[in-house]
Amino acid sequence: MTVSTDIGRNDLDGKSLGEKNLGEKIPAFDIAAPRRVFPALIVLFGVLFALVPYWGDDVGLRESFLLAAVYITLATNLNVMIGYAGYINFGNIVFFGLGGYVCVDLVTRWHWPLVAAGPMAGVAVSLLALVFGSGILRLRGAFFALATIGVNEAVRQFVANFEPWGGATGIYLSFDAYEPLGGPMAALWTVYFLLVGVMVLSLLLSYAIKTSKFGLGLLAIGQNEDAAGVLGVRTPRHKALAYSASAFFPAVAGGLFFFKSGIIEPNGAFDLTLSIEAIVMIMLGGYGTVTGPLLGAFLYEELRGYLLTSPTVSQLQLVIAGALLLAMVLFAPGGLVGFIHQRWPRSRIILQ
Amino acid sequence: MSALLEVNALSKRFGGVQAVADLNFTVGQGEILALIGPNGAGKSTVFNLINGVFAPDSGRIVFEGREITGKPTYEIAHRGIARAHQIVQPLAGLSVLDNCLVGACYGRDNLSMAAGRKVVREVAELVGLEDRLEMPAGQLTTAGKKRLELARALCGRPHLLLLDEVLAGLNPTEIERMIEVIRAIRARGVSILIIEHVMRAIMSLSDRVVALNLGRNLAEGSPQQVVNHPAVIEAYLGDPKLMAMSEAAPS
Amino acid sequence: MIGVLASVIDGVLVGAVYGLAAMGLTLIWGVMRVINLTHGAMIVLGMFIAYYLSKVAGLSPYEGIPIVVVVAFAAGVGIYWIAVDRVIGRPILMSLLATFACNMILIGIGTALWTTSPYNIPVSLPGISWQGYTFTGTHMMAAAFAGLIAGLLYLFLNHARYGKAIRAVASNREAAELSGIPTKQVLAVTFGLGVALACAAGALIATLFPFTVLSGSNYQLKSFVVTVLGGLGNPAGALLGGIALGLVEGLATPFMPVSWTPIIEFALFVIVLVAFPRGIFALSRG
Repeated sequence: MTVSTDIGRNDLDGKSLGEKNLGEKIPAFDIAAPRRVFPALIVLFGVLFALVPYWGDDVGLRESFLLAAVYITLATNLNVMIGYAGYINFGNIVFFGLGGYVCVDLVTRWHWPLVAAGPMAGVAVSLLALVFGSGILRLRGAFFALATIGVNEAVRQFVANFEPWGGATGIYLSFDAYEPLGGPMAALWTVYFLLVGVMVLSLLLSYAIKTSKFGLGLLAIGQNEDAAGVLGVRTPRHKALAYSASAFFPAVAGGLFFFKSGIIEPNGAFDLTLSIEAIVMIMLGGYGTVTGPLLGAFLYEELRGYLLTSPTVSQLQLVIAGALLLAMVLFAPGGLVGFIHQRWPRSRIILQ
Repeated sequence: MSALLEVNALSKRFGGVQAVADLNFTVGQGEILALIGPNGAGKSTVFNLINGVFAPDSGRIVFEGREITGKPTYEIAHRGIARAHQIVQPLAGLSVLDNCLVGACYGRDNLSMAAGRKVVREVAELVGLEDRLEMPAGQLTTAGKKRLELARALCGRPHLLLLDEVLAGLNPTEIERMIEVIRAIRARGVSILIIEHVMRAIMSLSDRVVALNLGRNLAEGSPQQVVNHPAVIEAYLGDPKLMAMSEAAPS
Repeated sequence: MIGVLASVIDGVLVGAVYGLAAMGLTLIWGVMRVINLTHGAMIVLGMFIAYYLSKVAGLSPYEGIPIVVVVAFAAGVGIYWIAVDRVIGRPILMSLLATFACNMILIGIGTALWTTSPYNIPVSLPGISWQGYTFTGTHMMAAAFAGLIAGLLYLFLNHARYGKAIRAVASNREAAELSGIPTKQVLAVTFGLGVALACAAGALIATLFPFTVLSGSNYQLKSFVVTVLGGLGNPAGALLGGIALGLVEGLATPFMPVSWTPIIEFALFVIVLVAFPRGIFALSRG
């Protein structure tokens, strides 16, 4: 029987984020009755996202959008843990990297087609996440957060020593891996469309969770885990399922991304910096919302692209990301979407 | 009347303090039972043991004929026991409606969101929160938050409701209102176990009273009997509430 | 056998320093319920301050410790006012992110200034030889300093007026405020103290091993393991926990490659937290 430790709860004064951030009488989260409008908007967004580079046959734009799609996928799924359940998964990149490895391995060693290898990577990593999650989710607050970093590091070390996956050098894909998709050029476009699809599905999943009974339980956990338990939410199971669900699409995205990149190796696959940037994106855009991570990822990618053009500044990438995160936490914890909701309350309906 | 809840030889120690020692009592179907005792008597601990926050060191708790000793909080909620806490714990960032919806959907009946919403509106009217359903729970007044505790617990459609000092911090009008609400709840067939210091409420609400001191049974019986019991008076000796008690109880 | 014993004793000595670092972490948690994720960066700061004192002013790290403590204290108070004060009452998510963001900034600046090359402070002290094994002077000195600082902290917390004020705020902030204690100031001072302890530990570690800007995360993990071993908010437990961790490391090093140590510590961390939520040493206090 667990004694309620103080780790996960805010017990110095009862004020919550909702109260401090939103001066008006607006709940921080709004579990509106499901509306058809929003999902339709998401799909429309996805279609445009896919077609814009295609119509212009603009490879540069495609690459930029592809990266954005990856970021949005990572941030959106991570938000399920951070924004809904209130658990910071610092090491979230482990899903991306592991998914990448599983998919690339299935394609190169076992000659699976990409369209099967991708989802399989998602399934495999989700199941692993369910198992691991059940263990580390007993930890609260910072301890869980640190444990996720530990998981990422442990997996990276393991993979770096795992010969069937190329050990420290990793796995290279030869050109004939792209033949089934019509050659490298066509494959790049196919992967792009698939990634956009993954992004759209992630957004839809996030919305579906938020408006469902399951999501209600998660949000309750995020507000006050002990109270949620007393109300009947099966907190261990809920958290484990959320953790596992939040692993699926990042894993698939990882599979697609590294397939397209032609190479996967431990340091690039389990890059903690990207993991952390996903967190910054969520806070920038607005945690706990569906559009927040989307906007945040876009904004951050633009910012990053802009900063990287200057050599000195690119050294300070971590510093700038950190400063941004700090500023958001201190002054605008609701992020961009939180600000919009506060200013224009009716936007809450469209901007979920 | 068959016992809804049976507490047998319950004991719990925290570090050097024996919070509850060999405690026994029952709550009957449709009954309102009050737990009274001076501060530190172990009353809140008893609630914590019943609803699964802690597991007892020894003893048994049986609800509706099935053992619930040491089960986790959510399991207890599913069995049909709900609790309104002394220190209110609103899910501050969610609306009042969503707070209650959690209770409704995850309570005894495992309702869907749609069915849950119906229950929430019903309960909100009973408790008097129907005009504030869209408000973030963190922005309610203290009285409002207390009502939310009650409403949320009630939404789970429990068979047994644990009320932990729900009248504390309320003015006389609010107390009267709350007493009416509690009566209305019992009228719907919910049994109630109540911890209270407002003696007036105890006297008028409860069918039976169990008095505790230092975690042990002290006295049991009708409100009149317990309040006039010499051991109970002695336990409260020097306690300002004693005055309230003797004023409330016609000799 | 003697080799293992020597390794164990060595481990215990180093463990005292780990304990010192962890005391800083657990003090901050105990008083203000904030997990200081800049802890690792602060350890690194201590290392570099000691390095520069040694290089520029010719001071040995031991002589430099008072300076390290003062600078660190100031830095800690600064960090408190900039990043932590605003997030004190808020959900724990926010304080985690705030201190984590600070960490990113500090490590980022550090990397820009010092790159990730290894640094070293050459310190030579006579050791004690016994049965063919030498117990290095630096290890013993580091442990001695750790013990000294820990002792001073103990005296301060239990017998100095301000120390008691800190304990009052830790136990009940509202009550302390009502009895006239300037709680915000106390929180800032406590944060400064916690950081000072981390930096002092860093300075001592710098005398033992080479270090880089990125070493902090490794020692931060150790601090976390120690903190959970000793029980959150329990400085004495932190010291004991540090020694225990040192002992475990001493036992493991003869038998295992060094790169495995963080994984073992991480596993230990998770296991202890899941099995003993209030710390192993907290158990004995009932």
